[in-house]
Amino acid sequence: MLTKLLKRRFLVPLVVVLVAAVVLTGCNSTAATTPAVPTGSAPVTALSGSIKIIGSNTVTPLTSVWAEDFMKANPKVSIAVSGPGSGVGIAALIDGTTDICQSSRLITAKEIDTAKGKGVNPYEIKVASDALAVVVHPSNPVSELTIAQLSAIYTTQITNWKEVGGRDAPIVALARDTSSGTHAFFKEHVVQMVELPTKNTKLEYGGKVLLLPSTTGGVSEVAKNPNAIFYPGMGYITSAVKSLGIKKTATDIAVLPSVKTALDGTYPISRLLLFYTNGAPNGVIKAFVDYCLSLEGQKKVTEVGYVPLAR
Amino acid sequence: MKQKASTAVVAPVSSEKSLRRRLRLGERIVEGWIFLAGTLAIVVLLGIITILLKEGLPIFAHTSPLEFLFGATWYPISDPPTFGILPFFVSTLMITLIATAVAIPIGVGCAAFLAEVASAKIRETTKPVIELLSGFPSVMMGFIGLALLSPLVQTMFNLNTGLCGLTASIMLSLMSLPIIVSVSEDALHAVPQEFKEASYALGATKWETIWYVCIPAALSGIAAAIMLGVGRAIGETMTVLMVAGGALAVPVSPTDPMMPMTAAIASGIGNAVRGDLKYQALFAIGVILFLMTLTVNLVADRVLERQKRKFAR
Repeated sequence: MLTKLLKRRFLVPLVVVLVAAVVLTGCNSTAATTPAVPTGSAPVTALSGSIKIIGSNTVTPLTSVWAEDFMKANPKVSIAVSGPGSGVGIAALIDGTTDICQSSRLITAKEIDTAKGKGVNPYEIKVASDALAVVVHPSNPVSELTIAQLSAIYTTQITNWKEVGGRDAPIVALARDTSSGTHAFFKEHVVQMVELPTKNTKLEYGGKVLLLPSTTGGVSEVAKNPNAIFYPGMGYITSAVKSLGIKKTATDIAVLPSVKTALDGTYPISRLLLFYTNGAPNGVIKAFVDYCLSLEGQKKVTEVGYVPLAR
Repeated sequence: MKQKASTAVVAPVSSEKSLRRRLRLGERIVEGWIFLAGTLAIVVLLGIITILLKEGLPIFAHTSPLEFLFGATWYPISDPPTFGILPFFVSTLMITLIATAVAIPIGVGCAAFLAEVASAKIRETTKPVIELLSGFPSVMMGFIGLALLSPLVQTMFNLNTGLCGLTASIMLSLMSLPIIVSVSEDALHAVPQEFKEASYALGATKWETIWYVCIPAALSGIAAAIMLGVGRAIGETMTVLMVAGGALAVPVSPTDPMMPMTAAIASGIGNAVRGDLKYQALFAIGVILFLMTLTVNLVADRVLERQKRKFAR
């Protein structure tokens, strides 16, 4: 009697829970596949479909402009751009949750392995390049630094501005957080000085360095903090901060970041901005990438403040 | 139940037997529904715990639990990566403690004022406004902290940067205040009138009545309010991510920039590939965060129980 009662009491809810679970997971899988449907169906005449772009915070202003123009020319295409960081974009590409990953650093061998393990084949497209400016408050008397000095600042071996020819004031070093391609690029090329004879891959950001969730946040903190230093992409520089001239070694001349110095290779901290897709792009994604690489698209690169690809 | 009864009345009653059968069926459906709702909550909770453990525990094959808990270096994207969460743990502890220490006296004081001192008119206008504060999105609080409080803290304490643990603590105390005030005020309000009258009859002043009668009598409710506030402070993510500074060193003073556990998870989870070491490490932080809130709740329960027994005597 009791067992019968128990069975009856538990059976109904159990079934309902199971059904609910199945329905919920069902919803989930359909939701995940939906975005793929429109992109997959190649258009006959006018372009239509949707593209999802996730990745670098640095590339976002540029991609947004491209996306807007492309959508204006092709009203049936919708492009969603978000920029939480290059690492996020690459993770999304590997997990298959984005069509294009925008990145401000090269994909690592380890990430390619993980991607291949999940059946994703990262395809690299160079879309522009960027110079990483080092900015300080306009009132800061320091106007140039060497890569080695920057490395010492970010590993907190140098903690006072007077050690690099400035005021007697503590240095507040600002950096992006670990999901940022800028963080990774700066670590490799500046903190660890990979292009210099003093290269040391054991070096890490010091514990006192502030890791910020966005580039704009860093620039606005520098604008109000006379002792701060930060490294935004060139597109993020405002008139409220001062860019420093960078010297590769102490004997080189200091070079200010600009489109010209980045293009001719004299500015030491510049890098490629990339798109990654799963395999070579086709359909509407290919059309968008082609637009970005076109003469018109590359003109936008200069307008937004980045460096177009050398032709 | 009500609905079933009314339909039974509206429907032509063929016989008493069928009516009873119908009622029993209705009863069973409602019973099953309630049972289901109860089970669902437990199932979801167990599911969350299972996922946390399943995704988080494998990290201990790479980093020993001791190294994970007491390691002071967190370099997830280096080669080889190191995962030590001591800086995050200390940050969370420091920020929560300061936030609570600031929020309790203000919150309980405000509740006592509203419940015992303020006129009905003041109470009825003030309380909804305070409760409105709790509806403030945390990202807005982050903005306020970033734009208004951090420069203030920086100049007041003569710091290198206003983005520090103290700024985060103050913002968090502001965010937990509405809960503490609202729930403690309800508790104080529920103290029987006879208690206060007896106190006044013995010649106690208003202050003495509040301090020796009302607050002790409402202590279980006030403790619950504080626990809710602490829970909010520990779990709050967006605000601390924006204003705490995010430095990876183990903080020594509250005025150091720091990164609490929630901020570490939020800023790291985006670029963690499902199943890799960093992903596991972040889930393991989640497990520890969960254990912390569990401990807070258990301790609160114990305190409440003791308080209740003492009060019953």
